[in-house]
Amino acid sequence: MADEIEKVAIVISKGSLEGVYPALILANGARSEGIDVALFFTFFGLEAIDRRHYEHLKVASVGNPGLHVATLAGGLPGVSSIVTHYMERKMDHLDIPPIPEFLEMIADSGAGLYGCKATCDLFDLTKEDLIDQVEAIITVGDFYHLAAGGQIIYT
Amino acid sequence: MPTVTYAGTDVVVNDEGFFENPEAWTPDMAPEIAQNLGIDTLTDRHWQVINFMRQEYLAKGTAPSVRALGKTSGVEVKELYQLFPKGPAKLAAMIAGIPKPIGCI
Repeated sequence: MADEIEKVAIVISKGSLEGVYPALILANGARSEGIDVALFFTFFGLEAIDRRHYEHLKVASVGNPGLHVATLAGGLPGVSSIVTHYMERKMDHLDIPPIPEFLEMIADSGAGLYGCKATCDLFDLTKEDLIDQVEAIITVGDFYHLAAGGQIIYT
Repeated sequence: MPTVTYAGTDVVVNDEGFFENPEAWTPDMAPEIAQNLGIDTLTDRHWQVINFMRQEYLAKGTAPSVRALGKTSGVEVKELYQLFPKGPAKLAAMIAGIPKPIGCI
């Protein structure tokens, strides 16, 4: 048991649907294994906890070779929305929760959600702009204190 | 495979502690398993989850993950983690003598 992970701090730095989901799945999976979790949303990752945007995250249809859509086609108006809609439908089919429900569930499981102070300053965001589940806006120093003794995962 | 004794009966468990044979489980083993997992007293709310997990497993061959448990067991996610801080689906399955639920969500 000595080699078990007991605590993780997950950094979410991207604001696309495919950028946010892996971190949320890692966070939820950690809690369900009894692992302590802190989530630190920084830079465009803040989109996931910004109450104006968190229900509308989109799949990046440009600059995303894994999607196999030609760059020019991916840049046409509406393509990102179509791809996102398609992916959300598939996820719903597999019973993967939408981002808002997922965040609520992860917060309910006892994980801490935190916004990055430097990014909030940069984007003129205050705690009121972030969803209710966010515990605080913290500095990078605070983040390292929270993460102390655990593993840090950057996404 | 390790053998452990619960309620005076030897049972075979896997390396994580889940029962190899769910039929070997009896309810009077549950408090002892729970104590080994750091849960001193099993309340009615614990039992609601444990019984639900076992029923689902016996009916479907798999037990629900935390999300499904929160939606269908009558105990919501927040309370599930208060009852079983080290992982509700995992611990409730262990206490209910059934295999660990499979799934990433």
